Amino acid sequence: MHIKSLAGVTLASLLTCTTALAAGISDDKVVIGMPSDFSGIYADLTGKGSAIAAQMAIDEFGGKVLGKPIELLTGDHHLKADVAVGITREWLDRKGLDAVVDIAASSAALAVTKLMTERGKITINNAAGTTRLTGKDCSALSFHWAYDTFALANGVAKAMTLEGNDTWFFITADYAFGYSMEADAKQVIEANGGKVIGSVRHPLSGSDFSSYLLQAQASGAKVIGAANAGSDLRNTIKQAKEFGITSSGQKLTGMIFFIDDARAIGVKEAAGLSVLVGYYWNRNDESRAFAKRFEEKANKKPNTIHAGVYSATLHYLRAIESAGTDDGQAVAEHMRKLKIDDFFAINGFIREDGRMVHDMFLVKIKPANEAESDWDVFEVVRTLPGNEAYRPLSESECALVKN
Amino acid sequence: MLPRTYFLAFLVLLALLPHVLYPVFLMQLLCMALFACAFNLLLGYTGLLSFGHAAFLGGSAFIAGQAAKVWELPIELSILAGTLTGTLLGVGFGLIAIRKQGIYFAMITLALAQMVFFYALKAPFTGGEDGLQSIPRSNLFGIIDLTHEVTMYYFILALFLAGFLIIFRIIHSPFGQILKSIRENEDRAISLGYRVDRYKLAAFIISAALSGLAGSMKAMVSQVVSLSDVHWSMSGTVVLMTLIGGTGTLFGPIVGAAIIVSMEHYLGEYLGSWVTIIMGVIFVICVLTFRQGVVGELEQRLIKRKLPFQSQDSTS
Amino acid sequence: MAELLGMPPQLFFGQLLLGLINGAFYAMLSLGLAIIFGMLQIVNFAHGATYMVGAFGAWMLMNYLGIGFWPALILTPLIVALLGVILERLVLKHLYDLDHLYGMLATFGLALIIEGLFRQAYGISGLPYEIPTQLQGGTNLGFMFLPNYRAFVVLMSIILCFGTWYLIERTKMGMYLRATTENRELVRAFGIKVPRLITATFALGVGLAAFAGVMAAPIYQVNPLMGNNLIIVIFAVVVIGGMGSILGATLAGYLVGLVEGLTKAYYPEASSTVVFILMIIVLIVRPSGLFGKEQ
Repeated sequence: MHIKSLAGVTLASLLTCTTALAAGISDDKVVIGMPSDFSGIYADLTGKGSAIAAQMAIDEFGGKVLGKPIELLTGDHHLKADVAVGITREWLDRKGLDAVVDIAASSAALAVTKLMTERGKITINNAAGTTRLTGKDCSALSFHWAYDTFALANGVAKAMTLEGNDTWFFITADYAFGYSMEADAKQVIEANGGKVIGSVRHPLSGSDFSSYLLQAQASGAKVIGAANAGSDLRNTIKQAKEFGITSSGQKLTGMIFFIDDARAIGVKEAAGLSVLVGYYWNRNDESRAFAKRFEEKANKKPNTIHAGVYSATLHYLRAIESAGTDDGQAVAEHMRKLKIDDFFAINGFIREDGRMVHDMFLVKIKPANEAESDWDVFEVVRTLPGNEAYRPLSESECALVKN
Repeated sequence: MLPRTYFLAFLVLLALLPHVLYPVFLMQLLCMALFACAFNLLLGYTGLLSFGHAAFLGGSAFIAGQAAKVWELPIELSILAGTLTGTLLGVGFGLIAIRKQGIYFAMITLALAQMVFFYALKAPFTGGEDGLQSIPRSNLFGIIDLTHEVTMYYFILALFLAGFLIIFRIIHSPFGQILKSIRENEDRAISLGYRVDRYKLAAFIISAALSGLAGSMKAMVSQVVSLSDVHWSMSGTVVLMTLIGGTGTLFGPIVGAAIIVSMEHYLGEYLGSWVTIIMGVIFVICVLTFRQGVVGELEQRLIKRKLPFQSQDSTS
Repeated sequence: MAELLGMPPQLFFGQLLLGLINGAFYAMLSLGLAIIFGMLQIVNFAHGATYMVGAFGAWMLMNYLGIGFWPALILTPLIVALLGVILERLVLKHLYDLDHLYGMLATFGLALIIEGLFRQAYGISGLPYEIPTQLQGGTNLGFMFLPNYRAFVVLMSIILCFGTWYLIERTKMGMYLRATTENRELVRAFGIKVPRLITATFALGVGLAAFAGVMAAPIYQVNPLMGNNLIIVIFAVVVIGGMGSILGATLAGYLVGLVEGLTKAYYPEASSTVVFILMIIVLIVRPSGLFGKEQ
């Protein structure tokens, strides 16, 4: 009797095992988490918009994968890495979390990615731009989707240097991302015959940038590169116009620049600025179709991050379908194998370091009188092929890359 | 004795909680609770409002993290290193600030904490805005595996209780009585011959050391330390936790920490960005209706019920 | 090229002037904070939020009612002052006899609510607001290009600070105000309606912050968090000047602006920290601030 019950248990566990393999979905559902910034400085760039984009991807996928429901969890990490880790850990332990998308703020992104990788789960970074995610801190289970600081700095600096703007002055945020953007841009400027003749580092979240602009002006550089982001960048651009810097012939360029920034500064003040984006809603019919669906729910047009979250979530679900399981390792393999095919990831593929390489677009902010609508702010100047935009694998610090 | 029964109930509750609530969340809560208790020793029992306690929490968290990650010290020594950092910072801050009164004291501690923030921002080991990542958790005393969250919980609980008991002992010692007399009437304490500044300095250093302990625990629990831990808003948070729970009460800061940490942790999921607004409403309501904090107000109700005829003088 | 303290003189004077312009904002903001503290004994954590509401007020008048910068410069502070009266009557008046702490907690809560509501309605990115046409462009001073609007900011700030100082030091109402801060009961005994006076003072302080907000709208971001980071700097300014001293708050505002401006030229990374260094030094040398009364 004892042996009989033991055999029964073994049989039962064997059966559950096989059914698990067949359906392949842990806890009978696929749970996607989004620990992000819903109330802080990145809330407009990710936040609610990203949650809407992820939910759209889930709904348009049919709400189910391999016959099991898909659930989206969101949580506000208040820009604190420890809170982000706390939320994610709880989702892992208590809610059967399978993957994380988005994550704003690099400290939170790095910490959450680490945790997810330890637990054998997938992370798709979108909002954080740090190249550490596919460099020193890369992993087989984590991906970086929409953009990174290298691509933005590199793309903008290269395009401008090739146009003959060969002397640069940097206004750089006194933070790791500022330094790395400045360094990345410098590399490509020098490779193309340009020179960086000076730079100034400012504390984060200042309001007055005129002092730095004046120093930049005094340097006589042809281009002022703003290696800062968010309200710092917006204030830099706005004040450059006020101090007559842009009208006196010096050019100003920002790097981490989103459509929301253009709207916040006012198209009139920002006109003429060139930046690199991963997605622009008014580029073609497909991008417009997504933007229309998004706008119905979010009441605004999507930016690169929102579109990236949609694309990443959809690709993740497709990979589950193709792998027949939600096991992290297997899904990661299928994510790399599977062709990425949507309006966002143009010519997209995933490299061994987890970078999703896709075409980026060099855009210029339209003069206000040419804009057809409130959101019609960019004019696509040219397409930058993914391979030119992202850091070449030969320079990679990622341990997964065999050089 | 009434406090003893309370205390026992409290212990049992803490021991059982990880089987009901999520242990990692509870650990984060305990860290913040100890931080608030340490702060309360200063504000509630000495009457000093420091606005720079983030420096002790975050500064020691960075050192503890660095100790565990780079110097590869075992967890107990890393926490000790962090606590020492808090203590030393406390000595430094205290020597400069202790003679200042009221708002000037608050502002000078804020200023000093901003120096620590600036240092944390510039020093390479903190990783700038990326923070100090993937801090390892070594085995406790080389044998107890702390990667299991419930085990870790009991370790953190032990540290918390140690800190809490120190505070409890201090409050009920002659030293604590002198502190309270300073809070009530500094001039009288001086005229009684006490060297008030020395007592205040001692309280300040103890508070900083315990905040350092809390910070080191936090680093080990979350395995990540970021600049938000040294930011001035963290100094604000601890003031709020203490006030909401009840200043000058033993359990108040713990309740306050529980309220604020759970709001941060759980409400975000359901309410998104409304959380900060709701917090604001709670603060205003707190000031207007239950000024002595949750615990302070409860205690007063209990006293009132017990001594119905003396309720008038107990409010003063 | 001749150098002045290690940099070309035109750059040096440029930095000084820019520092002075930023100081003008600090002065306007710290002035309001100092008045409120002097009179209500409340450390107003909502001052930054009020400044933000001022900037938004200008934006809203423009976008919803088509009211331009000049009328907004008068209207917005009045409207915000009125809202201040409501807040004072509803919340702050219950706090006067309590410890400073409760005032801080309540005003901090108010700041969270106000900033949160604006964030819900307008997002976090900020909104554009243009420099009024009359003040666009600038003048070349030889050592730098000075936008006309910035010159206007300095001018308005000086007028405002002087006006407030005059109001408080030289008028009858100011006399009552100063008397009330000294001895509330005595003033009441003379038949002055003290609560009304206090409400008016709060409205004045809040109105000053809103005025600074309107002035800031065209050059900084109109953004729900624009006052959030400013608030502790303004506290530091008031402390440097000496708590409750109107003159001290104003002069310290300009001083901090200048020191910050020079830091931006020599060691810009420290420019947001230097105000705290300055505060520590001042408090060590003069424990009650530059113009504060010894306790």
